[in-house]
Formats: sequence, C-alpha cells, structure tokens
Amino acid sequence: MRGWAARIGLVLTVLVLLMALSAGWLFPRDPLGLAGRPLQWPGDNARFWLGTDNSGRDIAAQIFHGARVSLLIGATATAIALVIGTGIGALAGYYGGWVDDVLMRVTEAFQTLPNFLLLLVLVAVFGSDIRTVTVAIGLVSWPASARLTRAEFLTLRNRDFVAGCRTLGMGDAAIMLREILPNALPPLIVYASVVMAGAILLESALAFLGLSDPNIASWGNLIGRGRGVLRTQWFVSAIPGGAILLTVLAVSLLGQGVNDALNPRLRRPRA
Amino acid sequence: MTAGLVVEDLSVSLPPGADRPLALSQVSLHVRPGEVLCLVGESGSGKSMLASAILRLLPPGVAVAGGRVTLDGEDLLPLPEAAMRRIRGARIGMVFQDASTALNPLHRVGDQVAEPLRTHTGLPRAAVRARVLDLLDQVGLPDPAGAARAYPHQLSGGQRQRVGIAAALALEPGVLIADEPTTALDVTTQAQVLALLRNLQRRRGTALLFITHDFGVVAEIADRVAVLQRGVVVEQGAAADVLNRPAHPYTRALIAAIPPLAPAAPRPVSPDVVLATAGLTKTYGARRWAGRQAVRALDGVSVTLPRGATLGVVGESGSGKSTLARVLLRLLPPDAGTVRLDGADLLRLPARAAARRIGMVFQDPYASLNPRRRVGELVAQGPMVHGMARGPAMARARELLALVALDPSAADRFPHEFSGGQRQRIALARALALEPAVLVADEPVSALDVSVQAQVLALLAGLRDRLGLSMVFVTHDLRVAGRICDRVAVMHRGRVVEEGPAEAVFLRPQHDYTRALLAAVPGRGWTPPALAPSLVAEPMV
Repeated sequence: MRGWAARIGLVLTVLVLLMALSAGWLFPRDPLGLAGRPLQWPGDNARFWLGTDNSGRDIAAQIFHGARVSLLIGATATAIALVIGTGIGALAGYYGGWVDDVLMRVTEAFQTLPNFLLLLVLVAVFGSDIRTVTVAIGLVSWPASARLTRAEFLTLRNRDFVAGCRTLGMGDAAIMLREILPNALPPLIVYASVVMAGAILLESALAFLGLSDPNIASWGNLIGRGRGVLRTQWFVSAIPGGAILLTVLAVSLLGQGVNDALNPRLRRPRA
Repeated sequence: MTAGLVVEDLSVSLPPGADRPLALSQVSLHVRPGEVLCLVGESGSGKSMLASAILRLLPPGVAVAGGRVTLDGEDLLPLPEAAMRRIRGARIGMVFQDASTALNPLHRVGDQVAEPLRTHTGLPRAAVRARVLDLLDQVGLPDPAGAARAYPHQLSGGQRQRVGIAAALALEPGVLIADEPTTALDVTTQAQVLALLRNLQRRRGTALLFITHDFGVVAEIADRVAVLQRGVVVEQGAAADVLNRPAHPYTRALIAAIPPLAPAAPRPVSPDVVLATAGLTKTYGARRWAGRQAVRALDGVSVTLPRGATLGVVGESGSGKSTLARVLLRLLPPDAGTVRLDGADLLRLPARAAARRIGMVFQDPYASLNPRRRVGELVAQGPMVHGMARGPAMARARELLALVALDPSAADRFPHEFSGGQRQRIALARALALEPAVLVADEPVSALDVSVQAQVLALLAGLRDRLGLSMVFVTHDLRVAGRICDRVAVMHRGRVVEEGPAEAVFLRPQHDYTRALLAAVPGRGWTPPALAPSLVAEPMV
C-alpha cells in the first residue's frame, strides 16, 4: 500500500487494534470499577496516567477497553449494514423492473429519514442493550451501500461475461453471487470504511446523550460522563474524543488506501 | 522552408513499466500539401501517439524524447503553449475516430462547428453563421440549417463524422490529421466519408495525415504509405509500391493476412439441416416519453444452417444481426417465430438444456471473460454447471486449451495476462466445452488486429473441419465472411434480403443492397498481391 495517508491509516488502525487486544492484559480490573479519587488530571498520579473521571474510574482503562467496544460495534454494525445493503442492491440491480422499483422506494424511505433520528426511535423502542444498539446502527446504515451495489450490478449485468455465463446455462443466483459480486466488491470494501467510521460515531453520539448501554466502557459513555464537568475538567471528554477522532481517521485513511490499491489510475496507455 | 508537416527523428518515451521504453522511435515523415499520407499500424504500434505528439497533447507520463516537428518550416516542439493553441485547430485540424464522443452532447452542432471560428477569428456573428452553413453544406449534410440546429444524438454516426470534419476544416488548416476517422462507421457510410475527405483534401490542397489499421482504406485513399511497427517506421513509400510490392517482412505479413474479397473455395455442404429459424420477429418497444420509436430488429427472419457448415450473417449496424445471435442463444425472447435445432423446438427447451446445445463466442474478448476467474475455471465452468465434477472438468479444460493451440498451463493464469487473440481462443475453448451442436460467433474477430484475425479464423476453420462444427458467424466484414462462410445471409433493417451459397452471394449478388455492400468494401479495387509464404514472417499473437 503506497501513499503517506494510507500508511498513517494503517499504523493508527494497528495501534487501535493493539489497544483493544491488550486491554484485558494491561487493565485486568473492571474498567468501570472505582479506582481512585475522582477527577485527577492526567499526570497528577502515576497510577492513572490519563487521570480519572468524575466517578473515580481510570480513564486509561476505559480508553483501552473502549477500543474493544468501538471496534466491535463498528465491525458488527458494518457487517450487518453491508449484508442488507448488498443483498437489496444486488437484487434491485440484477432484476431491474418492478423488483428494482419496490426495493429502491424502500431504500429511499430509509434514506429520507435522518438515520440518527431513526436510531433514537429504535433504541427507545427496543432498549439500549449493547447488542440492540449494534443491530440498530447496522439497520440505519445500509441504504447507501444498497445504492452503490445496485449501480455496480446495473452496469455489470449487461457485460458480455454475464451473458456468456447465461449461455452456459448458469442460474441467476450463481451469476449474482459468483460472477457479478466479486467484480462489484472493490468499491464496497472501500465504502465499508465509511460505514464503519459512521457506526463508531453513531454509537458515541448515542452514548453522549446517555442512550447507549451504560454497563459497558465505551468512549461515548465516557464523553457523556464528562459532559457535566466539561468546563473545568475538560480532559474527561477530550481524551475519548481524541480516541474517536483518531480511530475514525484511521479507518477512513485505510479505506482511501485500499481504494487507491484497488483502482490504480495508472492504466497503460494504448495507441 | 519546407511546406507541410515534417516529422524528423521523433522519439516519444513511455513511463517506466510500459511494454517498451519508446512509444515512437526516430520516426520521420513528411506530409506535403495536397497529399495523403497513410500511417498504418496495428494496435499498440504507437500510431495515435504520433498524432498526440504532433499536437503536443501527449498524456501525462509520456514525453517527447528527441527529434523535431515542423509546420511550414516553423518548429512546433519548443513553442510556448499559447502559441501552440493558435496552431491547433487553425493550422492543424484534427478528426477523431468516434465523432459521438468528440462532439459535446449538450451543444448544438452548429455551435460546435462555429467554435473554432469564434475562438480564432474575430468574425461577426452573421458571418460565422454563414460560414457554418457553408461548411455543413460542403461536407454533404442534406439540410445544413436543420443540422446546425440539431444536437449530436439526433444525427446518425456518419452525419456526426461529417460534422467532425466540418469543424476540423472550419479554419481551413493546411494540415489535417485524421485518426481512424471511419473505423466506427458502417462500410457504406465509410465509403462516403472517405470520398468526402479525399474530395475536400484535393480541392483545398490540404496535407492529410490519415491514421488507420486497415489496408483496404489505405488502398482507397493513400498517395503515400508509412508502416509503423512497435513505434518504428519499417517501410515508407508510394501507395502503389507498398501495397503491391511490400519490401519489409512485417508489411508483407500484414498484407498477406488480409482476406481477399472473395468467397473461399466451396466445400461440400451436407443436405441435413441442423438449425433453422422461421419467421423470427423482434420489436424493441417504443418509448414515447423518450421520443424513441419502435424498432423492428428482426422482421420475419428465416435462415437455415446445414450440418457442419458455416452460415455468415452479414449486415451493417442496426441490421438485426446481433439480435438474431441473441435470440438463438435465448438471451432475448423473440416476439414471434420458431427456431428448430436438430428437430427440437429450441425456444421451448428448458434453459439449461438449450444452453448445452448452443455455444457462444462474443466480439470483445476483453469483456466476455470474467476478469476475476482463472482461465481453467472459465473453460471448466460450462461442464461444471451441467454437473461434471471439478477434477474431470479441469482436466477437460486443459485438453480444450490445447485444442485451441494454447499451452495447457494457461489454465492457472488470469484473462488479463493474455493478448486479445489468445483471449478469443480461451473464449472459444469455453464455448466448445459443452460440445454444442451449433456455435454462434458474434463478430468474433472484429476486435482483433488483422494478423491475429487471420490466425483465429484459421483456427476456427480447422476446428470446424476436425470437429464437424456447425457455426453461425455474425460479421460486418465481408472479407472475413468470404474467408470462412459456406452460406451467407445478408441482413438489412431486420430482414434477410439475400441468402445463399457464399459463392453466389459474392459473385452474383441479386439484391441491390448486397451489391451496394460489396461495392462499399474499402480497397475492393485492390487485390492483395500473392506473397510467397516463405517470405512472410510469422506475426506474433
């Protein structure tokens, strides 16, 4: 992978992954347990190098454990969104006609609703257990990937190699899954990074409003807790905020790098 | 001062990692006023790169590495960009291959022809308008005022190319560069556009650099010929000399590969009919809101294919020949009519059973093979769809690759690692894997260079004889049809206007349209010289 952006993205992503992996080993205690005097500034106490929040919990421990939560929510919600989006987009693009009309109207219905509002409704109705939140984020994030998949299928379905497979007697499902989908995948993989960054942000926003699962150490929860002391002890919100910023940046840069690697613009000149 | 366009020792370098370091290597040409110089080369020879280098419009990464380009004695390469802009269009005109992409779809034709006049001259509006109408008249558009108001999509391909020529000639440039200007056109339109170009060039004394891959077109229009092979001019001389007495082995090989415009020696044709269509009709629907009228793509088409024979379906674009191929392959349902294959009703067979009996080779070998699958898999796919286990299917794929004269190790590679000709062989192996009763080939050699074309045609003919293949061969190229077809059906606007043995259709055409088609084949007055095979170098695939 070339380009400084992609390299930075890769380094940051690996860093966040290492944080997530090492959380249980570096901070074996419950990150939500009382650790010391509340609201200690970073550097005040060698035991809490990122300080403590207003409930006396170790911020560093919450950041490391929060990396797990954010990545898990991001990855799972992205997977859910892509499976739904790809499925709907593939069917709409491949069959066209009324199938396309119906599926695209549904997609538009989802798109016209602001997705955060929809997420709030889902969480309000089904509760804010971490699993529910993840599924809900996946459910509000699929429409754009459906449109992308549909556009790819629309152009690919008319290609000669697809007609060729039909002349061999191949069925629709096999053509869609094994012939068209692999060719439609590169832009989707790149788009996955956008969905993932969005999913992490959605969870944080939910937590900031106090609507995410309060029993887990997520970055959003920490920001939400710091809200009350924002003017005096701003570090409580700023540290997880920085972690979110870097993770979203890492994922986006990585996606950009993958995009550059998959779509080399250096086509050989033809005379 | 030397009049006209002079290219001296021009070298153009390609970016690192390209297939060769120099796109053009020490090319020297001189296009004199009143003369047509044809630059002939196969794809990748660098012929289009020369046009870009002369106009200083080289793509990024490609640069002039040495040499000089002078126009009427003025050195073009060191000129500042602003001065070069005054030369493009005004003193060197350019006609592109595809007028439908060279014209802006959102601007009226008249405005696009007027554009160079507005940019380069201070003519008042009325004078510009009069000049545009005059130009459109000169390029033979029937209603210049109407054409000026039209948008490009409202004109036919040939009319669009005429507009392109009018725009190129607007400022009466002394030099005109035409890059494959007739390649995208039908033969009858091509003949008209060539005549027009020749006519205007003679009348104005323009120096015309005509870039083409087609020796037939060369025979039609050239005063002198330069042959380009991988960036090197290997032969240059008067048209009659190069065409009839080619000296360089590469030129000899190219000319030897051109099929003569004549039917092949007749082969005995079986009385047994393998495929017969009756009354096939297909109408593409009208769309009122899009202003589209119903098109009769097939209008009562009845053709017969004897067992082991090859039926050529020839016609121009829009004649319905590809629609016929698609109906035979069940990619498209006809509105009416029947297809009988070995006595069975093909259109009523279950899809998979029909797929087994009839195979397809497409025109563009770059588009017809899934780029993400290995060649072995691509060939084995057919048998596997129909229930053969992977092991035996892959073994069969290797046999088939050998049959189409590819190394069986090709099975482990991806399509993009192969040249166009090799890919078409892969596509052929893939179509043959199901041992179909009939092979339908839709313009299978049209995307290939002439030397590769000859090899693929020879392979097809060889396989036909060895395997007793029955073939429907769709083509726009009568020379190709003549080389391989036993019977020929001529299509025009969805109808078969003439069908019969190739010999009869070529030598005693009955229908006016067939005669017009034969008369329009470029270079029909020129018979490629019979070259001693020992002197002909084997071109690379």
